[in-house]
Amino acid sequence: MSTMTGTSLVRASGLRKEYGRGAGLLRAVDGVDVDVARGETVAVMGPSGCGKSTLLHLLGGLDRPSGGEVWLDGARIDGLGEKALAQLRRSAIGFVFQAFHLMEELTAVENVELSALLAGRSPRESRRRAGELLDRVGLGDRAGALPSELSGGQRQRVAVARALVNEPAVVLADEPTGNLDSAATLDVLRLFDDLHAAGQTLIIVTHDARIAATADRLLTMRDGVIVDETRLTGGSTGRLGALAGLED
Amino acid sequence: MGRILLVARLALRDLRRRPVEAALLLLAVLAATTTLTLGLVLRDSAAEPYQNTRALTAGPDVVMSARTAGQLAAYGNAAGVTARSGPFPVAATKLATAGQTVDVQVIGRDTAGSPVDRPQRVTGGWVRDGGVVVEAAFATAYGLSAGDRVTLGGREFEVAGVAVTAASAPFPATTCLGEIACLHGTAPAGADLPPGMLHNPGLVWLTRADTEKLGVVSYVLNLRLTDPGLAPAFIGSPDQPRVALWTEIRADATEVAGDSQILLMIGAWLLGLLAVASLSVLVGGRMAEQTRRVGLLKAVGGTPGVIACVLLAEYLLVALVAAVAGLTIGAFTAPLLAGPGAGLLGSAGTPALSLSVIGTVTGVALTVAVLATAVPAWRAARSSTVAALADAARPPRRSGWLIALSARLPVPLLLSLRVAARRPRRALLAVAGIAVTVGGIYVALILDGFLSRPLAAGYTVAQIGALRRVLLLWTVILLVLAGVNAIVITLATVLDNRHTSALARALGATPRDVTAALSGAQILPALLGAVLGIFPGGYLLFEAIMGITGGDGDRAAPPGAGQLIAVVLVTALIVAALTAIPAYFGARRPVTESLRAEAA
Repeated sequence: MSTMTGTSLVRASGLRKEYGRGAGLLRAVDGVDVDVARGETVAVMGPSGCGKSTLLHLLGGLDRPSGGEVWLDGARIDGLGEKALAQLRRSAIGFVFQAFHLMEELTAVENVELSALLAGRSPRESRRRAGELLDRVGLGDRAGALPSELSGGQRQRVAVARALVNEPAVVLADEPTGNLDSAATLDVLRLFDDLHAAGQTLIIVTHDARIAATADRLLTMRDGVIVDETRLTGGSTGRLGALAGLED
Repeated sequence: MGRILLVARLALRDLRRRPVEAALLLLAVLAATTTLTLGLVLRDSAAEPYQNTRALTAGPDVVMSARTAGQLAAYGNAAGVTARSGPFPVAATKLATAGQTVDVQVIGRDTAGSPVDRPQRVTGGWVRDGGVVVEAAFATAYGLSAGDRVTLGGREFEVAGVAVTAASAPFPATTCLGEIACLHGTAPAGADLPPGMLHNPGLVWLTRADTEKLGVVSYVLNLRLTDPGLAPAFIGSPDQPRVALWTEIRADATEVAGDSQILLMIGAWLLGLLAVASLSVLVGGRMAEQTRRVGLLKAVGGTPGVIACVLLAEYLLVALVAAVAGLTIGAFTAPLLAGPGAGLLGSAGTPALSLSVIGTVTGVALTVAVLATAVPAWRAARSSTVAALADAARPPRRSGWLIALSARLPVPLLLSLRVAARRPRRALLAVAGIAVTVGGIYVALILDGFLSRPLAAGYTVAQIGALRRVLLLWTVILLVLAGVNAIVITLATVLDNRHTSALARALGATPRDVTAALSGAQILPALLGAVLGIFPGGYLLFEAIMGITGGDGDRAAPPGAGQLIAVVLVTALIVAALTAIPAYFGARRPVTESLRAEAA
């Protein structure tokens, strides 16, 4: 595994993802360079189909790039095998999906502890950690509820707790509020703000300008390319909701 | 009419769209219909050669035998007797040929024909001085043919011909006459036979004069009655002449075919159960895929009845094709399993497919299809249109205790148990399928061990070969169908767990973990099914077979502990091997694609 120097936690250079060939060739991600520092929150925006979710999947090792490099915490990961990538996802990366992707037959606490069990933690330790995180996301009293018994916002908070259970270096969130109403969006937004304040590195793909406004940096994508990069100041104000226009 | 056309068209299109699944469906039902046809055709054809022989040889309705001719004299003129032949002298001696010596009953016959029991010559001629005619099955067993030289009671004779008769069951079930005591089958180890008792005797005919020179011990009288149904009236008290009714001779003559038929019928029932299990899983899996199609049909005005018809139609179509194919294959394979044998006359190549066989096989195939499809089809037809259009998946089951237990196990086992627990009905079908298969194998092992002993049940080597072929066919079809079942269940599990597998991988499970989980979810029920298949499954099945056939189960030894452990382990290994490939590919589907599909 190659190593890199500097303060970057996540870095990609010349990253490409292509589908099809010949006349049908589609470049979902086309030579993207990204550099995310430890503790930074980066938002990625752009129209549907611009490649922002694909970029997130490539950075998290869920998908393999057609070209370019991906580095995580100083180690190059784009050439890793499936097993090594799986181990990396257990320990260093947390995912939050727009559709929550909770297991319907597992309760909230069982969903959260699953990642810890997969990482080889003991059942007792996994349960304790899952309980703590549910408390942290405000769902301590709903630990035994099935996903079908939770609201959208609550489900997403469970998903966030699950993403954090192995104390990952970076949390990758793909449209985390895309399926939520305003009140639930605000809940999740506050949660991300807390994480940000605690020094958690976050990369958030979103359609919602109000969410993007809370980040340290905003990357705008179009046709697989980053066309704009803006440094923001709203991410650490503590008045997230007001800033995002979700509360008075 | 238009509605029927629509239903047929939709069913055909859907079958063409999924040829592999259609082929698996066909295979599952075909296995059951073929075995059932074999069982039924064998049942019908078993008696047919005897009837042919009886008709062609003017077979008797009653065979009476006694120590003296005088004891039989009165019966020749008894009420209801229309014709008779005999009394003929009977001798008991040994026949020696090419280094082999075997017990025989010798019947002394006139050189001229008789009105009752005219043995039909297969080769050569009829009895003459110095010439012996040998019963055909006996001749086949010892390789005798016209022109051979044999020794009877120390005198040399030429084999004048080989013939069949309906007055005795063919060798080795030869009907014993008069005062002659016979032992059919294997003699008890270390026991000497009583003097005069014949062991697996053959039947030969000589002239009266030649027979008398061997020493007459009994006489035999053959009677034809006005009504064969009157025959039982001739059975008298123990001190009266020995009586063999034509129905008893027929039962002995067709014993092997009857035993084969029983084995095949039991095999057919087992395969039918397996077919229902296979179909249930296939249909369940397909119904889940067809949810959106159901929604579309409803949206354009399909009533629940029409939709249920559409869903049922394709399975009924497959069942119908399987019934026709099973009837054809079964009818042409039956003679290979149990032809009429050398001792009876009849055509081995043209077993009749009666209307009742056709009706039964078709009915069973359609019932299997309806049983497996009716509930899911009706459930799909009555589901909400909006939910169906949204393709909402059936929610998985939650087994809290299993989830808590699995949390304490290594990752592959944790995932395996949870995958299996998500669909408990499917896991139960897997357990039942393997239990049925292993139960069948348990019985096959017992019967194979039984048949390994020479003349174990009074069968000749050729007859043991025929029964072995039936057992082999039974076992092979069971294994093939169980294999299909395992693959079908794994495919359904893989499809059903696309999202869960992708999610587990997103959370850090390796493809190997997921492969092990998907495969393990089949191996765990397989292990349970294998154990249950031995006990109580196989044990009860064997007892049932003994009950139906009136067999003596004590004469057969159950498989040893080593053999049973091997069966369980080999079952688990075969299931692991069969499920590894679909599980491997299922575990390597692109994660993002699966998650995106679920989110859509």
